[in-house]
Amino acid sequence: MPEAAASAVSDTPAVAGPLREFWQSYAQNRGAIIGVTLVLLLIALALGADFVAPHPPNEQYREFTLTPPMWDEGGSSRFVLGTDPVGRDMLSRLIHGTRLSLVIGFISVAISLVIGVTLGLVAGYFRGLTETVIMRLMDVMLALPSLLLAIAVVAILGPGLANAMYAIAIVLLPHYVRLTRAAVIAEAGKEYVASSKIAGAGTWRLMFNTILPNCTAPLIVQATLGFSSAILDAAALGFLGLGAQPPTPEWGSMLASALEFIQRAPWVVTYPGLAILVTVLAFNLMGDGLRDALDPKLKR
Amino acid sequence: MFTFLLRRVALIVPTFIGVTVLAFALIRLIPGDPVENLSGERGMDPERRLRLLHEFGLDKPLPVQYGEYLGHVLQGDLGTSLTTHEPVLTEFLTLFPATIELAFFAMIFAVGIGLPAGILAALKRNTVADYAVMGVSLTGYSMPIFWWALLLILFFSVQLGWTPVSGRIAVQFDIPTATGFMLIDALRSGDPGAFKSAVSHLILPSIALGTIPLAVIARMTRSSMLEVLREDYVRTARAKGLPHWQVVLVHALRNALIPVITVIGLQVGLLLSGAILTETIFSWPGVGNWLIHGVQSRDYPVVQGGILLIATIVILVNLIVDLLYGVINPRIRHA
Repeated sequence: MPEAAASAVSDTPAVAGPLREFWQSYAQNRGAIIGVTLVLLLIALALGADFVAPHPPNEQYREFTLTPPMWDEGGSSRFVLGTDPVGRDMLSRLIHGTRLSLVIGFISVAISLVIGVTLGLVAGYFRGLTETVIMRLMDVMLALPSLLLAIAVVAILGPGLANAMYAIAIVLLPHYVRLTRAAVIAEAGKEYVASSKIAGAGTWRLMFNTILPNCTAPLIVQATLGFSSAILDAAALGFLGLGAQPPTPEWGSMLASALEFIQRAPWVVTYPGLAILVTVLAFNLMGDGLRDALDPKLKR
Repeated sequence: MFTFLLRRVALIVPTFIGVTVLAFALIRLIPGDPVENLSGERGMDPERRLRLLHEFGLDKPLPVQYGEYLGHVLQGDLGTSLTTHEPVLTEFLTLFPATIELAFFAMIFAVGIGLPAGILAALKRNTVADYAVMGVSLTGYSMPIFWWALLLILFFSVQLGWTPVSGRIAVQFDIPTATGFMLIDALRSGDPGAFKSAVSHLILPSIALGTIPLAVIARMTRSSMLEVLREDYVRTARAKGLPHWQVVLVHALRNALIPVITVIGLQVGLLLSGAILTETIFSWPGVGNWLIHGVQSRDYPVVQGGILLIATIVILVNLIVDLLYGVINPRIRHA
């Protein structure tokens, strides 16, 4: 039956590339698909905030203070999610808040990743006293609950958005250092590293070009999950008045500044919180999916 | 066992020293020295400044200053609050029972619901029940708890009027402080109304604070149960014809609990930092609220002492968890 044989051959997919293979394994997880869709949507919203938002985020419509959402009594389609106590459009502020939150997540994670990976590489590659010093320091940082450490850093640097990002970067640091160090130690004994060394590769080349690319999977997962804890911690700091300061449309500080109106106008509190929840959830779903797809060993 | 114990205890010494260095550095890294802050807007003539610096010991080399600081800390002297002029340690110890009480009930809530939910999800794997538990757990894990607390207040206190909005007990009850634990003190006062009031004040903060640990415990219990249910001894137990509940509760659960207990222990740090937010929202007079006030009013001895004390507690609890783990899982002792 030549026909059947031919169709059987054509049905067999071409040898899957690594990306395709990854996607097939990732796409099996429904939650992960929801997560990545939401994340892409949020990124689009953040990039296009200026075009998507119906109003400028800090424009005060004084005659429309505390207008309810449009589906509530007294609401208007001009302010879909209502307005805040000084008459700013909630929806526009939330959309601009998306940009802010993603930027906070990105910068904190990027700073933390660069420093953490370098320290982890150094600790895992050189071992000895260097490793002991670095790892003990990380232990101290891990002994402090993350929000407490962030508060300590903000207490030193002073409140503000930039300082909150540095604080969060410091809080996230130990995870990257530990992961990288463990991966480097596991990789350093392998033959490809030895042969590269024999071939004459220098220390830096061995560290960054030979070993590091083989440690990326757990780092990608951790970085994604780091995004969600960065956004959550930044919102908590903002809420405590230690992060972004008004009138910045940061979700946590928006929530805090509207606290006294919670009974009269619950929407000023519920929507910013919902925005935080959805964003954090999206990154957690994506992180879980990436972990299952990239690193089955880590699967809990 | 003894060497295991010694080794674990010895390991926390460098960590503790590190935390003291951090707490010490905290004050030194803040822009402007304490004397400058003391002088306020008008400034201070250089001679007086030098005298004050000398008086506070701030003109000595940093290692000497650190040595003196460590000496004070080990004697329980953490300085005095700039706002209340009370010793920091005394303030902490007065407020700490309130935080323990809150954290304790948050934990009961988390374990009481998280553990059965995790078991249920594992037993009914890939059913609606499993998806529901995992979905709720993931949402709980991603929850900004300050917002969650506000939603709880909005619904249960404002809409339904079931629970009070803030504080530890209604104002009309004047309960003498004996233990610092409001429930015990209220019970001792012999007034059932006071006890009822104290309980109702505890419910919402405990739920708010316990939600994230609940999510973590449910997830961990589920995955740990799933792993254990595949083991040969579980199959053997089933083959012997034991009733289903006995296989699950006696054979599987006992072994599945080992990693869960570790996770429960590790939640203590999370509870203490969550307490900062929860206490702020519910005006709960505990150490979290106190610490935030300290940061906001730039009361640096409070911030420094509070961070040192909370970190020390977390280190000690982690040590206890490690030791307990060695007791319930003998293999770890020899690792």
